[in-house]
Amino acid sequence: MTFELLVPLLAAAVQSGTPILYATLGEIFTERSGILNLGVEGIMIIGAFAGFLVAKLTGNPFLAFIAAGLAGTVAASLHGVVCLFFQGNQVVSGLALTILGVGFANYLGLAYVGQAAPGFDPLPIPVLAEIPLLGPIFFQQDLLVYVTYLLPLVLWWVLYRTRFGLSLRAAGEYPAAATAAGVNVMVCRFVGVLVGGFLIGLGGAYLSLAYTHLWTNNLTGGRGWIAVALVIFAFWRPSRAVFGAYLFGGVMALQLRLQATGTQIPSSLLLMLPYALTVVVLVLASWRRRGSDEPAALGQNLEPID
Amino acid sequence: MALIRIVKRQEPLGWGSCFVFLAALSLSLLLGGVILLIGGTPPWEGITTLFRGAFGSRYALEDALIKGTPIFLCSLGVAVAFRLQVWNIGAEGQYALGAVGATWVALSLPEAPAWVMLPAMVAVACLAGGLWGFVPAYLRQRMRTNEIIVTLMLNYVAILFLDYLVYGVWKDPASFGFPMTAVFAEAAVVGRIGASNFSWGLVHCLLLGLIVWIFMRFTRLGFEIKAGGDNVRAARYAGIPYDRLVMLVMVLSGALAGWAGFLETSSTVNRLQPSIMAGYGYTAIVVAWLARLNPLAIGVAAFLLAGLRVGVEGLQLDLQVPAAFGAMIEGLILLTVLAGGFFTRYRFILSRRTP
Repeated sequence: MTFELLVPLLAAAVQSGTPILYATLGEIFTERSGILNLGVEGIMIIGAFAGFLVAKLTGNPFLAFIAAGLAGTVAASLHGVVCLFFQGNQVVSGLALTILGVGFANYLGLAYVGQAAPGFDPLPIPVLAEIPLLGPIFFQQDLLVYVTYLLPLVLWWVLYRTRFGLSLRAAGEYPAAATAAGVNVMVCRFVGVLVGGFLIGLGGAYLSLAYTHLWTNNLTGGRGWIAVALVIFAFWRPSRAVFGAYLFGGVMALQLRLQATGTQIPSSLLLMLPYALTVVVLVLASWRRRGSDEPAALGQNLEPID
Repeated sequence: MALIRIVKRQEPLGWGSCFVFLAALSLSLLLGGVILLIGGTPPWEGITTLFRGAFGSRYALEDALIKGTPIFLCSLGVAVAFRLQVWNIGAEGQYALGAVGATWVALSLPEAPAWVMLPAMVAVACLAGGLWGFVPAYLRQRMRTNEIIVTLMLNYVAILFLDYLVYGVWKDPASFGFPMTAVFAEAAVVGRIGASNFSWGLVHCLLLGLIVWIFMRFTRLGFEIKAGGDNVRAARYAGIPYDRLVMLVMVLSGALAGWAGFLETSSTVNRLQPSIMAGYGYTAIVVAWLARLNPLAIGVAAFLLAGLRVGVEGLQLDLQVPAAFGAMIEGLILLTVLAGGFFTRYRFILSRRTP
């Protein structure tokens, strides 16, 4: 492959990896608190629709982006309430949230299928955009991509350098000990679910506001599930999530390009690529888990009895 | 000062849990009404139309039974896996591959008589679905991969494979460009019972349901699955071959979903086409959970949720409500029933703390 083809492909990899990165980081934050949220796909599509709708109604993409995050928070709070207050099974509740979210977005969104909304366009960063190779790949993107360059650092700082981060990790690692040390595990976990939901919602908004600028049915197309798989690949660390997301972005971009160039390979087989790759990546990541930071109490509910 | 304390129930709630279940259902319908209102549909009219469409006519009840068939079979398998705490979310893909397997037999043996054709279709459909269940089970036990995500990803792979076949090599030249295979030969069609509208598939369902119920209740393996699901460590200690059980339930689960795929192609549409992927595999998860994994209750729940699908079709025709409303209600029902489970396991007592 020649150079002139490779650079646009890598730039496209960063762009199509960005929504997955938002969602993966959100899910890492949630899972670190000990709550397994399988509702990512549903939260993401609710975020995508809320973003699209607010952008269409107000014409303000910034407002739309924040609204998508808030919609994600509200959706995630359902999971938080069912699992934390009502002791519902975390796996089933997450699945239910995905079924609900996808149904909800497709239900309200049907009237808008194919319609466009204002969103974010590429905004090259002066000076940095001129750097050979790195410039076109990383610094001729839109504003929401630039946010994800900082986001893993922020999350790392919150998780490892703040008192709240320590409490949150303790809630996911050993809730009984955390409680004994005076940490309110319920609050930590709820914050984990809500903040995670906010980030996942932003990931959905990236799809409708920057990636496509329009609304279609089933816009997320399984990206939420890929994000859940990437959390395992990332060993629950924000830094590794970046590589995973760009890897998947790369495969998605490559598959689109191959389709556009009109190869002999049928499009259904090309579309399979990201899903098949998820399985392969998951096998590789799970085979030798040495160094993984999987929270020990992930998915376990707390007994509500005092 | 009065304090509310939460105490674990010592005795099962009995009939009270039925009340909790009904309350949860009503709550989800209420929320559904609110969402209808948001979408611009009068909620009361919407809910009554939904019920009338679902259970208000002979045609609707028949349609619910027909749609309930694949849901029931998928759910039966999913429930056996859930019993062992194995999360098979892959019924959708296993169903797709079952349909593909059955179609392969139907297309490649066009001359075979029915007594060869139908058993061969069932066998290949179960094999294909079972294989699609075996892969994630094997990866789970050998590589410690998460079966939830693997089964889900394999759903996408299986559905795209089905698309590849019907848009490509298996497309009927006489279909005017529509993605569908040729209509099956007479011998490859599961016929109707007498002069009724019901196919023999309904009898398959009853028999398989009965077999699974007997298997779970009266056989050693069934007991081991329940014991393994209750406590993995204790089961291993008691010498139950947990690893092999995981493979077994996943293959069984996949085979049942594959059988559902066979029935849908052979008795309902008589050919393979993308529209057979109607999300039955996901509804099956909701059904299994609503029925608390009990094979007999699954029959009832499958019928009810199939009725919901039929009702939503009526809602779509009469009030132009998008079909996705059905999926949304399913999600709501599952969430509220899940939350309601709390009241069947815990109770509140008012205690006065003396100073």
